[in-house]
Amino acid sequence: MTGKGQARMRPESVEALAEIIRLTDMPLSPVGGGTRLRPGEGQGARIETGRLSGVTHYEPEALTLVVRAGTSLQAVQELLASEGQMLAFEPDGRAGSTIGGVVAANASGPRRVQAGACRDALIGVQFVDGRGEIIRNGGRVMKNVTGYDLVKLMAGSRGTLGVLTECAFKTAPIPQVSLTLALPDLEAGPAVAALTRALTGPFDVSGAGWLPERGALIRLEGLEGSVAIRRQTLAARLEGFGGLVEVPGMNWADLVPEARGGDLWRITCQPTEAPALLAALPEPLALDWGGALIWVELPPGEMPVLPSWSGQAQRVRGTEPALVPPMNSIVARLNRDLRARFDPRGILVGEG
Amino acid sequence: MQMPEPDGAIIARRVEIAALLRAAVPDAVIDDPAETRAYECDALSAYRCPPLAVVLPATTEEVAAVLRICHREGVPVVPRGAGTSLAGGSMPTADAVVIGLARMNAVLEADYDNRFIRVQTGRTNLSVSGAVDGAGFFYAPDPSSQLACAIGGNIGMNSGGAHCLKYGVTTNNLLAVKLVLMDGQIVDLGGPMGEAAGLDLLGVVCGSEGQLGIVTEATLRILPKPAGARPVLVAFDASETAGACVAAIIRAGILPVAIEFMDRPCIRATEAFAQAGYPDCEALLIIEVEGTPPEIAEQLQLIRQIAEGFSPVEFRESRSEEESRRIWLGRKSAFGAMGQINDYMCLDGTIPVSALPQVLGGIARLSAEFGLEVANVFHAGDGNMHPLILYDANKPGDLERCEEFGAEILKLCVEVGGCLTGEHGVGVEKRELMTTQFTLTDLEAQMRVKDVFDPQWLLNAAKVFPLSVSASRREGRNDRKGTSAHAA
Ligand SMILES: Cc1cc2nc3c(=O)[nH]c(=O)nc-3n(C[C@H](O)[C@H](O)[C@H](O)COP(=O)(O)OP(=O)(O)OC[C@H]3O[C@@H](n4cnc5c(N)ncnc54)[C@H](O)[C@@H]3O)c2cc1C
Repeated sequence: MTGKGQARMRPESVEALAEIIRLTDMPLSPVGGGTRLRPGEGQGARIETGRLSGVTHYEPEALTLVVRAGTSLQAVQELLASEGQMLAFEPDGRAGSTIGGVVAANASGPRRVQAGACRDALIGVQFVDGRGEIIRNGGRVMKNVTGYDLVKLMAGSRGTLGVLTECAFKTAPIPQVSLTLALPDLEAGPAVAALTRALTGPFDVSGAGWLPERGALIRLEGLEGSVAIRRQTLAARLEGFGGLVEVPGMNWADLVPEARGGDLWRITCQPTEAPALLAALPEPLALDWGGALIWVELPPGEMPVLPSWSGQAQRVRGTEPALVPPMNSIVARLNRDLRARFDPRGILVGEG
Repeated sequence: MQMPEPDGAIIARRVEIAALLRAAVPDAVIDDPAETRAYECDALSAYRCPPLAVVLPATTEEVAAVLRICHREGVPVVPRGAGTSLAGGSMPTADAVVIGLARMNAVLEADYDNRFIRVQTGRTNLSVSGAVDGAGFFYAPDPSSQLACAIGGNIGMNSGGAHCLKYGVTTNNLLAVKLVLMDGQIVDLGGPMGEAAGLDLLGVVCGSEGQLGIVTEATLRILPKPAGARPVLVAFDASETAGACVAAIIRAGILPVAIEFMDRPCIRATEAFAQAGYPDCEALLIIEVEGTPPEIAEQLQLIRQIAEGFSPVEFRESRSEEESRRIWLGRKSAFGAMGQINDYMCLDGTIPVSALPQVLGGIARLSAEFGLEVANVFHAGDGNMHPLILYDANKPGDLERCEEFGAEILKLCVEVGGCLTGEHGVGVEKRELMTTQFTLTDLEAQMRVKDVFDPQWLLNAAKVFPLSVSASRREGRNDRKGTSAHAA
């Protein structure tokens, strides 16, 4: 997606990055692998983190990992897997994706319903803000309330406050057993009711989604005996929805879909709101988080017309950025003012 | 401890300001000095200062009305939940209006299908779980103070509890808030799954110690109750061995809901107080697992296998509700027990689990140096330590010595890669130590967030940041010089 003639910078050190930001006056777009850019993003001169890579610290017995932001997601996942661990929030893998990009996008997969989002596993950051200052927040311990939680502010900040240079995570053990069960006959709307039944009982569900052709999907993970027991009790609870079948080798990354030519929309809602939204939309590409996340493709440029609900719909692939309903004016003011404090010259360009 | 000198001009206007507040929220204003005394401190009770006035609003609109007045008049405000902060987070200043949320304790909505409860933030932590218990749900963060502390205070401090090893702390269970800004504007942050477009404002408000706004409503994630839970008690002849056992359990991929640690001085004190029947040992772990009986058995078998590699003095599995209660009894009464025998100061640093032997050794050395005893009790799974330093409040100089000792322990925590506070917050207590963990640039970045939410620095301003570091901002609204506030 790099435009021709667009400037690119790949600083070799945090200090060099800070200096570039201090000295420049042109619009900058912080980029990791450029795999999670949204409409309108990435249009300034690219400041890339690829050379700021490598693992700083990994302590499996403390479940903590510190890694430089330009490290590839794949390298992080391989390292963790070699120790029987993982990033519990299950970011979807994309070729070239960096860990800094994952954090800047707060990219969180199906296990979010059980283990939280990227922002919940993130325990520390270092970043260079729009003033060119090197800032640390959080640390490398799991419990830390020392000062304001800028770690959360940076997760999902999409390069608008600064360039992430280092990220620390709480890691998690890979479960002994992972079992995917499906209710294959369910359409998206009715699937939400089944997923809700599963999520409201003591089954410790670690994935609850829906895909066309595959129906409602539920994942149970843990020790072997425990998974077997929960499978039985869950089957009894879901009797009214048709028989549960096992899906061997399920790839849960499929729940983060790609658009096939149209615009990709990401809609958050309360699960009980999902059926009404679904009724107003074409068949979704996927549902996740028990129905709290709807992925849908719309014709290019088209806006969804939806009954009022408590969440938001955002265009994540397409040409123009779009958010429905638009941000409340006070929230928008707080966003704007925070950006202005961290980047007073307004050189870090996000969407619009 | 230093506190900024209160603004004499505001104190001189006490009667007038109280009248303004009373006109906006009749029956909710306390300004009789005999009554404001009840709000002069929190659980860091060595420090006290009665406020200018106290307001106990009943609605979000009343909170907004009070803040609008204080904003207009330039009057500082200190938000208060139940006042159980151990860091002086809700301790007033003499020129401040305390806004207490105690009357706002309603459950607004319990939505089981969507797994959340919406409450007013004066509601106590335990009564949130209580409200959903009948439907088979619970609210996970469980500070030991849960009978008393309020959800607003939990959000202010991003509180944790024994079970957060598995379920996370407050911020991981908070989905949305209604926040009243210092100028009286009301804003909703968060949304389904805790998400909203733009920056994670909810995330930065949680743990901001009442400095960014007053939270009047909170939407909290609730979880289906597990089928059951069972603790085991494992006793060791050395603290280091207990620490190594914790690391081995985590390394093996087992994630119990809680792993609690107590050392000999702590065990001795709780035995004398609660007679839980703990074994005679140097250190013990209480490990709790959840599930149906066969699931519990499966986990405990693995834990036993690992623990046996460390030659425990005893591995005590609970066989009944009563035995479970007794295993937890000592741990739950640890603070009360220490309070019986001494005055104590409770620290809250977090360390990387691997640094445990080094830090325990350091604490023992410092204990000899300062001549004050320490008992250790902590959340071992996540490295959050609670060393309790014993002192005698009636002995001149003992409190100061205890504070110096505490500061040394916290510096040690930072040195080994940890932090000053894992769940109690900075408040006034650890404010001046912030520069051991952060550079001035780091602190400046944090203060910029406050500049956005509270440009005049009226909300709980003398907390969190070292006074000299926040001085120009606080003095921007007023000319204030630091004076010494003395221990009561
Ligand atoms: C015996 C004992 C045991 C404890 N155990 C634990 C424990 O296990 N884990 C733990 O984390 N803590 C523990 N604590 C500390 C304390 O209980 C927590 O910090 C608790 O969350 C404070 O709640 P509170 O309602 O008492 O808040 P307060 O003390 O009233 O206030 C705490 C902070 O939050 C701010 N605040 C309060 N309400 C609001 C609001 N509505 N909006 C914005 N800001 C607000 C205040 O200004 C202050 O900065 C313990 C304390 C005691 C005394």
